[in-house]
Amino acid sequence: MGKRMLVIGESREGALRNVTFEAIAAAKQISPDGEVVGVLCGEGDLAEQGNEMIYYGADRVITVSDEKLKTYTSEGYGQAIKAVIDDESPEGIVMGHTAVGKDLTPKLASKLETGLISDVTEVSSEGGNIIFTRPIYSGKAFEKKMITDGIVFATIRPNNIASLDRDDSRTGEVTTKDVDIADLRTIIKDIIRKGSEGVDLSESKVIVAGGRGVKSAEGFEPLEELAEVLGGAVGASRGACDAGYCDYSLQIGQTGKVVTPDLYIAAGISGAIQHLAGMSNSKVIVAINKDPEANIFNVADYGIVGDLFEVVPKLIEEIKQIKVNA
Amino acid sequence: MNIYVLLKRTFDTEEKIAINDGRIEEEGAEFIINPYDEYAVEEAINLRDEHGGEVTVVTIGEEESEKQLRTALAMGADKAVLINTEDDLEDGDQYTTVKILEAFFEDKEADIILAGNVAIDEASGQVGPRLAERLDIPYVTTITSISVDGETVQIERDVEGDVEKVETSLPLLVTCQQGLNEPRYPSLPGIMKAKKKPLEELELDDLDLDEDDVEAKTKTVDIFLPPEKEAGKVLEGEIDDQVKELVSLLRNEAKVL
Ligand SMILES: Cc1cc2nc3c(=O)[nH]c(=O)nc-3n(C[C@H](O)[C@H](O)[C@H](O)COP(=O)(O)OP(=O)(O)OC[C@H]3O[C@@H](n4cnc5c(N)ncnc54)[C@H](O)[C@@H]3O)c2cc1C
Ligand SMILES: Cc1cc2nc3c(=O)[nH]c(=O)nc-3n(C[C@H](O)[C@H](O)[C@H](O)COP(=O)(O)OP(=O)(O)OC[C@H]3O[C@@H](n4cnc5c(N)ncnc54)[C@H](O)[C@@H]3O)c2cc1C
Repeated sequence: MGKRMLVIGESREGALRNVTFEAIAAAKQISPDGEVVGVLCGEGDLAEQGNEMIYYGADRVITVSDEKLKTYTSEGYGQAIKAVIDDESPEGIVMGHTAVGKDLTPKLASKLETGLISDVTEVSSEGGNIIFTRPIYSGKAFEKKMITDGIVFATIRPNNIASLDRDDSRTGEVTTKDVDIADLRTIIKDIIRKGSEGVDLSESKVIVAGGRGVKSAEGFEPLEELAEVLGGAVGASRGACDAGYCDYSLQIGQTGKVVTPDLYIAAGISGAIQHLAGMSNSKVIVAINKDPEANIFNVADYGIVGDLFEVVPKLIEEIKQIKVNA
Repeated sequence: MNIYVLLKRTFDTEEKIAINDGRIEEEGAEFIINPYDEYAVEEAINLRDEHGGEVTVVTIGEEESEKQLRTALAMGADKAVLINTEDDLEDGDQYTTVKILEAFFEDKEADIILAGNVAIDEASGQVGPRLAERLDIPYVTTITSISVDGETVQIERDVEGDVEKVETSLPLLVTCQQGLNEPRYPSLPGIMKAKKKPLEELELDDLDLDEDDVEAKTKTVDIFLPPEKEAGKVLEGEIDDQVKELVSLLRNEAKVL
């Protein structure tokens, strides 16, 4: 018998994040013949999201709905999910390594007195053990870890473990559970949304990122256009954010978002280690920088030494051209 | 205020990383205060200057960790504690670390504990929230501003670029994010003074712990460097031709277009 796995789902602006589906796939890798139970917290009717989890491979889903769960707090979600864990006694738990996942899972692990392997990019099975691979030292090295005692608990880095194909013929039970959420000691007063509408950088397949070399807010316009023709999103280095050329919500790196797109184009970014920590796992990296010595060329698959304001518009034209011909 | 900072001595990841015998080669490497813990030290000093009290910096580590503790004292912290596990423990993980910290904090009556949001070497980000849970105090992660008024605390935190405004109360644990402050450099008089500031050294025994109490729940089975990337292709020629070549490579070789 396989293990019973709990997958903690996460939504953003009413829709489940892709990493939730990736977490279901990871749970199935950990326990191929096991049962995957999804859990969702929020406010109102969560049945539709519950069904989405089923279409992506969950066997059943438990939802906990309460006005105190409208916005995420570690205390609120912690209580709700702990109650589900007590009911289900899962042998494993998987969640996305997102802001919420990073905040919540250590609390749960600590409550359960278990191990937790965070920010996993690969799950494998070696000699009967489940092995988790994760980047360490700002992405300069990797380690393989396993749980030696207690439940298997991991968070996965978005965009690294492929989700299963959506299959809306799949069926499964979506049940609600009432949890009496005690008063919260921490209250969210306000959330100022900075992220550009709709795009979730950590899920984007193509990212065009600009750095201090972009020189102004207007300088980002060609990058936006390039992202648009590629169907991708715009990101930035800390340098560009600090200089006020763009919002911090675009920041990629150790303190910003960690991304793993298929294609990452870095324009006017020097390639500081803290930036690389957020993008060096990308499948293909292109660097455009006028300094041939820039560190970004050390991680790039393809590089153009040149002025981004000359290169990027030409790149846009060339890509438009091939799209027309295709 | 009774202020504590959790500080980790880390490998400077700006350095070249090599692996020797299944471990990260530490010989000759540069060690630093984890950068996010520098924000914690700076904020702790500011809170003390505003509200009075004392800043104690705590690390679990080995003899060499004294250097990073002295730096924090030179920045302006009042006291330091080194929980030295060198002789007692070989392996450990986040569970181990937090078990030890929990025992340390048991009788401390901390008003606020400041940690980094992540350590740049192992980078799990678990230690802060795990400890708060054990101590049964609220926590707020990745904070970019904090102000304390009596028991009430107003915080702004960074949530993937969004700003969340949070109200909570002491006692409290926070983890620090870039943007919170600009850590000061230790001044020369600061460095002189730091030499005389109290630095207490504890071992597991002093915390009434033995090896079994803190046994890790996870184990590292391998450490490896990413597969050597073939040197990237830096294109040559006229920019027009380079752009054409790039697009062709992205389509036909990398197959991402
Ligand atoms: C604790 C800590 C955390 C950090 N976290 C992050 C993080 O999460 N993300 C992050 O990005 N940084 C982070 N940083 C900052 C990081 O160290 C660098 O300072 C930052 O990444 C530099 O940004 P940049 O590459 O845009 O700027 P610069 O280093 O100034 O590079 C600009 C580049 O643009 C090139 N250039 C200029 N003009 C042109 C042109 N016309 N055409 C083409 N190229 C041009 C230059 O040759 C140069 O290489 C962190 C730092 C610390 C201490
Ligand atoms: C006895 C012992 C043996 C260990 N053996 C190994 C080993 O063999 N191999 C190995 O890779 N790792 C070992 N570790 C380290 C351990 O695996 C983690 O690095 C440690 O638990 C911190 O986790 P992290 O690096 O993910 O920190 P994070 O959770 O990312 O750190 C967040 C914050 O927690 C605080 N913090 C983290 N670590 C400490 C600390 N040590 N002291 C004070 N505050 C801290 C800091 O404020 C930091 O910014 C050992 C730890 C102990 C205690």
